[in-house]
Amino acid sequence: MKVGLFIPCYINQLYPQVAIATLELLEKLDVDVYYPTGQTCCGQPLANSGYEEDSKSACQVFVENFKEYDYIVGPSGSCIYHVKKHFDILEQSKEVVKVRNNAYELCEFIVNILGTKNIGASFPFKVGLHKSCHGLRGLKLGSCSEKKESHFSTEESLLNEVKGLTLMSLNRKDECCGFGGTFSVFEEAVSVKMGKDRIQDHLNNGVEVITGADHSCLMHLDGLLNRNKQPIKVMHIAEILNSSI
Amino acid sequence: MSHSQKAALFNKNETKVNWHDKALWFVREKRDTAAHKIKGWEYLRELASGIKANVLSNLDNYLVQFEQNAKQNGIIVHWASNAEEHNLIVHKILAKNNAKKVVKSKSMLTEECHLNPYLEAKGIEVVDTDLGEYIVQIAKEPPSHIVLPAIHKTKEEVDELFQEHLGTTPSNGNPEYLTNEARKHLREKFIEADVAITGVNFAVAETGGFVVCTNEGNADMGAHLAKVHIACMGIEKIIPKEEHLGVFLRLLARSATGQPITTYSSHFNKPVPGKELHIVIVDNGRTDQLSREDFRSSLHCIRCGACMNTCPIYRRSGGHSYDATIPGPIGSILSPGKDLKKHSSLPFASTLCGSCTNVCPVKINIHEQLYKWRQIVTKDVKQPLVKKSILKIVGIVLSKPKLYNLAGKSARFVLKYAPRFMVYSNINTWGKARELPEVKNQNFDDWYKVKRKNNG
Repeated sequence: MKVGLFIPCYINQLYPQVAIATLELLEKLDVDVYYPTGQTCCGQPLANSGYEEDSKSACQVFVENFKEYDYIVGPSGSCIYHVKKHFDILEQSKEVVKVRNNAYELCEFIVNILGTKNIGASFPFKVGLHKSCHGLRGLKLGSCSEKKESHFSTEESLLNEVKGLTLMSLNRKDECCGFGGTFSVFEEAVSVKMGKDRIQDHLNNGVEVITGADHSCLMHLDGLLNRNKQPIKVMHIAEILNSSI
Repeated sequence: MSHSQKAALFNKNETKVNWHDKALWFVREKRDTAAHKIKGWEYLRELASGIKANVLSNLDNYLVQFEQNAKQNGIIVHWASNAEEHNLIVHKILAKNNAKKVVKSKSMLTEECHLNPYLEAKGIEVVDTDLGEYIVQIAKEPPSHIVLPAIHKTKEEVDELFQEHLGTTPSNGNPEYLTNEARKHLREKFIEADVAITGVNFAVAETGGFVVCTNEGNADMGAHLAKVHIACMGIEKIIPKEEHLGVFLRLLARSATGQPITTYSSHFNKPVPGKELHIVIVDNGRTDQLSREDFRSSLHCIRCGACMNTCPIYRRSGGHSYDATIPGPIGSILSPGKDLKKHSSLPFASTLCGSCTNVCPVKINIHEQLYKWRQIVTKDVKQPLVKKSILKIVGIVLSKPKLYNLAGKSARFVLKYAPRFMVYSNINTWGKARELPEVKNQNFDDWYKVKRKNNG
């Protein structure tokens, strides 16, 4: 099984530690993992802004980079969702279909493909899980509060196995953080307010570290936490699962 | 003004935003409790969506069937292709009956057609009798929500409004007192009314009858007292059979307010002897929307407002920020079909979180339609040159790995070494309330080249 590691553009440039944790985690799990170095971006920032047409070449580059792998794994539910859902704008060649079918968010890959939940991590902190909307409602990484369905959560099932970690419950379990890509700039006021409200929920419930499977949400929350000097850290779920504190 | 500009104004008063958010989240949670008590909730949604899809595919036949049956029952049926025709028809009926006073129960269609100002200009008094509608009417504002029209007003604000318009005594926003005063005032209006106008929630093709849902009984009060009843409906309000009400009434009340059933579900099938019953069936852009394959299912909407209550943006920007008859997520996919230029900012007033799609009782894929409208807006509506050029350049950079590498490096260099006043300037909207990420010495590409030489 050959796995292509997909590192979203902003993680590559701004959060190399998340990419490193993802890679190390996969290596720990004995995955034959490769990092195609010609990769750029899934095209989502353009497409969500209404410039889907202009994102086609970026999508093509993505397919070129990953077409030879059995699985494509990335630490971002949102980008993976984009590949699966919106690469319908490309001509559906064999390669495109293969890439779309075999793209997996990291947690989903570990739990559903590798069939593991316990990675032997330890992380003795009170953790709040931020469920990214694209991971939750797009990739169905868990049950949604709006729907009548029995409770499950891919990320929770992994975090519950981490030694010393206490998963705190939130008042609003799956409300959006307000990042939304370019929404964060074009609708700045509402975006900021949404982020502040999410953080308050974590603060009210005694959270020390906010985690999630999408670092873009966490980047937005971290920006607010740092500006307002609030006593919470953010860490990508890969960093927690790769910890042995 | 765009949605974001209006939303920014609404956010100037954070206490009000918090209050607005909590009030609507309360309704959303009430909806969850009520909906999840029903075993087959998701099946009901599926069923309702299927029935609506069937209606839209056979709308021509159902409408003709409905008209035939309604006529047989003694109802007078009118057809209006747009808002002007609708208003003209209503006025004609009023004129024929020499009507000067009209009571109206809630109808988003008459809002859409701007019926009130049209009739008022002709010297006719129109009183909205739904309490929330009445509040916004005397405040001279449009409703900010389709089920809770005055949700943007606190009870203290209503108190002041009533003092001014009804001469009530200051009560510190006592809801019971205020409701009672409104009730007394509205009773007079009901008794004096020449004509009652109502909306239609469901029009049943097989019977020619229709159902109007209210919690206050104001539709019945109006329709039973006045000599003439005019019911106004959009063409998409049809359901094939009476038994389908069992699906829709259960979904509607739970989705809208978390009630097991609306207090009054009133069935109107024929006029009372000696009285007149009219139905005005209105298109006003609906067939255009029906012709757009990607957006057709927006016509499934039964106007429950659940997408507004759940929408994290709606809750924090208020209904008026949408500047459309129907605000919130559903309005943002309906309105661009009516006037793309005017409503071009609405598809962007969303993070595409998908909560609206999940609560929708008739399974409209609202967030996917928002995404689709975005693609159309950037093609058909002139975009700010800066936004357009930046995104075009980004598209090119992302298609060329070497260029992307260079751009990434330069951007990180600037963020790391430029002085704070430059990075956090006016053009950095992100940085107004948020810090930018701290830039590390290496990106992942660099790290990988050094640490993992053997593959790639």
